[in-house]
Amino acid sequence: MLDFTTNEIKERSALRVNPAKTCQPVGAMYAALGVHKCLPHSHGSQGCCAFHRMFLTRHFKDPAMASSSSFTEGASVFGGGSNLKVASKNIFDIYKPDIIAVHTTCLSETIGDDLNALITDIEIPEGKYMVHCNTPSYNGSHITGFSNMISGFINYLSVKTDKKSDKVCVFPGFVNPGDMREYKRLLTKLKVPFTMLPDTSGVMDSPMTGKFEMYPKGGTKIDDIKQLGECKNSIALGKFASEPSGEVLKRKCGVEPINLPLPMGVDATDKFIMTLQELSKEEVPSDIEEERGQLVDIMIDIHPYTYGKKVAIYGDPDTVLGIAAFALELGMIPKYMITGTPGGAFERLGKELLNRYAMEDCVVKVESDLFELHQWMKNDPVDLMIGGTHGKAVARAEGIPLVRMGFPIIDRYIHSYQPLVGYRGAIRMAELITNAIMDYQDSHCDEKDLEMVM
Amino acid sequence: MNGIIEERKQSIVLKKAGMENSGITCDKDSVSGSVSQRACVYCGARVVLNPITDAFHIVHGPIGCASYTWDIRGSLTSGDDIFRTSFSTDLRERDVIFGGEKKLEAAIEEVVLKYQPRLIFVYATCIVGVIGDDVEAVCKSISEKYAMHVIPVKSPGFSGNKATGYKMACNAIMHLLKSYRNQPVQKGINILGDFNLAGEMWIIKSYMKEMGIPVISTFTGDSSYEKLIKAPSAQLNVVQCAGSSMYLANLMYEEFGIPYIKVSFFGVEDTTESLLKIADTLKDENARKKAEEFCAEQSERVEAIIAKYRKNLEGKRAAVFVGGGFKAISLIHQFTALGMKTVVVGTQTGKKDEYEVIEKIADKGTVILDDANPAELEHYMVEMKADILVGGVKERPLAYKLGIAFCDHNHERKHPLAGFDGVLNFVEEINSSINHPVWDFIKSEVSSYE
Repeated sequence: MLDFTTNEIKERSALRVNPAKTCQPVGAMYAALGVHKCLPHSHGSQGCCAFHRMFLTRHFKDPAMASSSSFTEGASVFGGGSNLKVASKNIFDIYKPDIIAVHTTCLSETIGDDLNALITDIEIPEGKYMVHCNTPSYNGSHITGFSNMISGFINYLSVKTDKKSDKVCVFPGFVNPGDMREYKRLLTKLKVPFTMLPDTSGVMDSPMTGKFEMYPKGGTKIDDIKQLGECKNSIALGKFASEPSGEVLKRKCGVEPINLPLPMGVDATDKFIMTLQELSKEEVPSDIEEERGQLVDIMIDIHPYTYGKKVAIYGDPDTVLGIAAFALELGMIPKYMITGTPGGAFERLGKELLNRYAMEDCVVKVESDLFELHQWMKNDPVDLMIGGTHGKAVARAEGIPLVRMGFPIIDRYIHSYQPLVGYRGAIRMAELITNAIMDYQDSHCDEKDLEMVM
Repeated sequence: MNGIIEERKQSIVLKKAGMENSGITCDKDSVSGSVSQRACVYCGARVVLNPITDAFHIVHGPIGCASYTWDIRGSLTSGDDIFRTSFSTDLRERDVIFGGEKKLEAAIEEVVLKYQPRLIFVYATCIVGVIGDDVEAVCKSISEKYAMHVIPVKSPGFSGNKATGYKMACNAIMHLLKSYRNQPVQKGINILGDFNLAGEMWIIKSYMKEMGIPVISTFTGDSSYEKLIKAPSAQLNVVQCAGSSMYLANLMYEEFGIPYIKVSFFGVEDTTESLLKIADTLKDENARKKAEEFCAEQSERVEAIIAKYRKNLEGKRAAVFVGGGFKAISLIHQFTALGMKTVVVGTQTGKKDEYEVIEKIADKGTVILDDANPAELEHYMVEMKADILVGGVKERPLAYKLGIAFCDHNHERKHPLAGFDGVLNFVEEINSSINHPVWDFIKSEVSSYE
């Protein structure tokens, strides 16, 4: 019924159909929620804030608290300075956060509000903070906004110092709380002291206690952000969501970044673990080696089912690249890799991956959308799709399974509690992918071919 | 209560014995810095127009506004489903600097040439006016060039709240209808303010069929261009969601002389009353007779099933936080019919006259809130010991975190809540949420029952 896409590909110069991205501010809001006792603040119309909260709530199934400058006609003519001033007072009086993290919107950017000047003019209560970042919705995507907000925290709070600690600053990438917990487990196992910025675990996957906490237990502590300048290194996980923040911390505090892809699949997780091992000079604990061994064991068990399967992967650039890397390790063919987020590096990195496995006839495209992907699939089909919820109409139209990974997933539960990163994350990805392939076989094969043992 | 913004105090009242007309402050802009549950003008406009199934909705602005509203409203269709596709101009920095008119023009043409649509809505979002795009001129020139309807929807988010957006949507609909004004009157009604969530329009239409009253057009649940343009020929407009569509009913009365009545199809009491009111207004005795018989039969069927749930629900305490005031009123009626108490009532965009009714029918001690924020909702739900909250997407996790049961009466409703079958669904959902075993596990520390 939702199948009105034809195989005829018409060039589009202006029209965006079924986007594979959203706008910067929602990324900034998500990042700010990963700082303890922080209230994200949207400097724009109240609709932006409502949409972003709803969007995050639909994915995480947890409340997303944020406030808005609630622009009116007047603000859009005279600027939003007084709105921000009133907002600041109300927020500190009523909601009592330790820090307000302001992000801009297309409106406040276009009318030219200068947040640096506005915030300088605002009286901030003793011991409280207000930081900001610019997130014009007409640039980049939610991934850019996520990274800009992290840079905003560093710009305002982190201090350059000669004092050096053993700590490492970890930029986790645009990932779920489940992934953040997995990072922390691995860092702890390898005895690497760290500060992770942001850390949405314990915030967007907070447990049921029978009480509503405006500021749940999780989140990066402000003092830890201040002390990021003492870190001996930063680890930026993901080219798009994290590398810019690593650069900012280097510029501001001289902390040397180590840039890695998201640790998804065997090779990328190996790189991550080896980096941690080099930093701590500790041996890789045997249980981590055991996990790796289990993962490879599993990949051998399932290889007859995954080999040669064609897959279309869509979503956020770092995540798509991570999933594609693992798909290649599983012997699959990442026929299409697309993201809506701009940035030429996506195509370069995607092609590097494909070359490593001598893959031909695969398409990697930046600033694409799901409509375009669907048209390609009509002409040259795939066996399954991997990405967020928005691909479900395409998967249904083509009669193929959809494996939900990435952001946003608004039609399933529990996903945000579980990792895709690390060896354990890869085991989970392997299970999701094989189950999808095997469930499909079970429900689509001829009755005579239905197998009890697979 | 601690934590209420001074300017908000006039928007919260406590019903005291015999009190009416306390003069609650409502329909105001949200306070800056408030964690408001309210959306914007664009959102309001999109909600109203989105269910038109064969319309192309092109969002002119940066990508966000299009992506947040892509196929999320739960409106069902019996025909086209192009409305479930997201179209936008995805404005980028260079468009903001040099203007987005050319891109908009190109985007509309790409739609026109590929799909040959009859009806396109172009939504002007926050920055469109600021960067000086003349959306109206672009729409007009393309409408003329291709002899079709490209209708601008003036919906910059900052120009008011969601209710303003409803008006902008109604204006856009009138823009279309005015071209079809001179039609002879025919027997039948238009249904306004139902969006066919989970198929509710189909339920209402089945009742009209039962009563022998033709439905000419629906706004906007499961509607299409062909059906919409027949609307000016109807005898009567029946308005279900008054918040979104009363303005349209007024416009249609002024322009085409179509009278209107307010109805509600939530709950046995309100559904019955509404069906009889429609028959009476049309002075259709036959329809009235059929409605009486039908409602009596349905009420009996529904009551028999509800009776089984009543013992589970009697005395339980409900909190209501919904969009419009009229829906809140229906919900209070429904809870009363179940033997439940409504202890907190709030709306996002309720009107003064609706708050007056709410104050009148609410029990003593009920807390009434306009445009409540999460902190206020939390405070009063806990203080009033609510067992269940009826609300929308943003309220669900809040209720759950407080260990309070929940029923979505908004766009994420899982099944139709309108009409007699809707009452059954509603009661089942209330019962299954309130009486679910999971609530017994809520404790912060691990311990087992003795």
